[in-house]
Amino acid sequence: MNHDPFHWGRPSQETYGGYNYNIANASNHQQESQLDNFPKVHSQQPIITGTSVVSLKFKHGIIMAADNLGSYGSLLRFNNLERLIKVGSQTVVGISGDISDLQQIERILHELEIEQEIYDSDGGHHLRAPHVHEYLSKILYNRRTKMDPLWNAVIVGGFNDDGTPFLKYIDLLGVTYTSSTLATGFGSHLAVPLLRQLIPNDIDYENIEEDEARKVLENCMRVLFYRDARASDKYSLVTIKSESNEGESTPKKLSYNHETELKVEGQSWKFAKDISGYGSKQL
Amino acid sequence: MTSIGTGYDLSNSVFSPDGRNFQVEYAMKAVENGGTSIGIKCKDGIVLAVEKIINSKLLVPGKNKRIQTIDKHIGVVYSGLLPDGRHFVNRGRDEAQTFKSFYKTPISVPHLMDRLGIYVQNYTCYNSVRPFGVVSIVGGIDDDGPHLYMIEPSGACWGYTGAATGKGRQTAKSELEKLDYETITVKEAVKTAAKIIHQAHEDNKDKDYELEISWISLEETKGRHEFIPEDLLAEARKFAEEEDEEDEEEEEDDEEMES
Repeated sequence: MNHDPFHWGRPSQETYGGYNYNIANASNHQQESQLDNFPKVHSQQPIITGTSVVSLKFKHGIIMAADNLGSYGSLLRFNNLERLIKVGSQTVVGISGDISDLQQIERILHELEIEQEIYDSDGGHHLRAPHVHEYLSKILYNRRTKMDPLWNAVIVGGFNDDGTPFLKYIDLLGVTYTSSTLATGFGSHLAVPLLRQLIPNDIDYENIEEDEARKVLENCMRVLFYRDARASDKYSLVTIKSESNEGESTPKKLSYNHETELKVEGQSWKFAKDISGYGSKQL
Repeated sequence: MTSIGTGYDLSNSVFSPDGRNFQVEYAMKAVENGGTSIGIKCKDGIVLAVEKIINSKLLVPGKNKRIQTIDKHIGVVYSGLLPDGRHFVNRGRDEAQTFKSFYKTPISVPHLMDRLGIYVQNYTCYNSVRPFGVVSIVGGIDDDGPHLYMIEPSGACWGYTGAATGKGRQTAKSELEKLDYETITVKEAVKTAAKIIHQAHEDNKDKDYELEISWISLEETKGRHEFIPEDLLAEARKFAEEEDEEDEEEEEDDEEMES
């Protein structure tokens, strides 16, 4: 393995011959020359980015976390971003990906909130997570069809009309899916397996207490900080839960709790002294 | 000088020889028959209240709200032709949203009133339109603290500490003049507003009314315009009715002493 940063991960030429750029259509050499035929297009790749959003359902609600970092490429440019946005009184939207697009989505959501919750809301109808999700998915899909996507992966958390927890994903392609354990970006590789140890099947969230869910989520944030070079150890966490006893049919009292400036606890960097080079060699 | 039969009252955009625009004055007449609306500017916020006349027993109590929200931090109440008022509010919402999409910051109350003043005034300038048949009381909190404005069909738009319009405005105004605006808080003003609306209703006693009160305060509502909670409204209404009875008893006592 060649450890030169510019050739990292490539088979050495002496042993394997020249690198074949056509493997799995992985070449971007040809594409770049084709792109030269196009006018310069901005906003077709993310600039400042936020990494994973991690979330899961539990018995009485949902819990979601995202760190406060905004990266400019590999530069950790901003460390005070808030990527968990409250919409209405009982919905949270966690956004990863491009930060300027995040801000645009934030404005769109606040406009939605004003139109639906503030103007003449005497009908008793509330803006809930499924509505926010459907609306957002339409916006993201619409932008993707214009070949000018909002470069984000988003998780919407809250409650259904019947009071059960709601968690659903949307990304820049307009793809949506739901699960009791959801994460975007690196988190979908690193955090979801950990979350699924707690909740193997979607329905199992009904047996999970809040503190169990929180513990696993905190662990996910730690693992992400260890392994994701674009993650920070300062993060925000939102818990939305209904405070009613089981079997009660009366309207449930909902609480929305937004904690900021949380720190990844219990870090251990003992293994770090054994790492040399790019980590592939163990002493 | 009477306006009838002179021809100067038939169109906007035409002055009478003594310098009046009769259409605007007639619009004020439409307002003078509407349910009383008041606004109070307190040291920590704004209270708006309205006497909502019940035109039919079939209307659902507590619905069909008369106080509306222009933006999170701005509320409005009006007397006069209700559809005109709703159009006015819609325009206010458009202005507030446009401002926000331009400048990414909520509109300040004085600036919104500037824009709405221009809009209302425009309806006095063309013979193809008629002026607004409402007087609106707009209140809000921004970076400079609480603001209260009242805007008339002419487009005239003034800042007030206490504002009243509609049928019982004279009674309401004389009550509002008694308040100390330097010290009054929204919590106190809610009760006062209930009392003033109750007193103003004396002029219109043959019809039932429903009380509507909203407030904006940094402490109570985090700077948002909201209706006051149900229990506070019930308390305020009870307070207003009890005060009313006490006053009546006092009057009776006075009469007894006189005789």
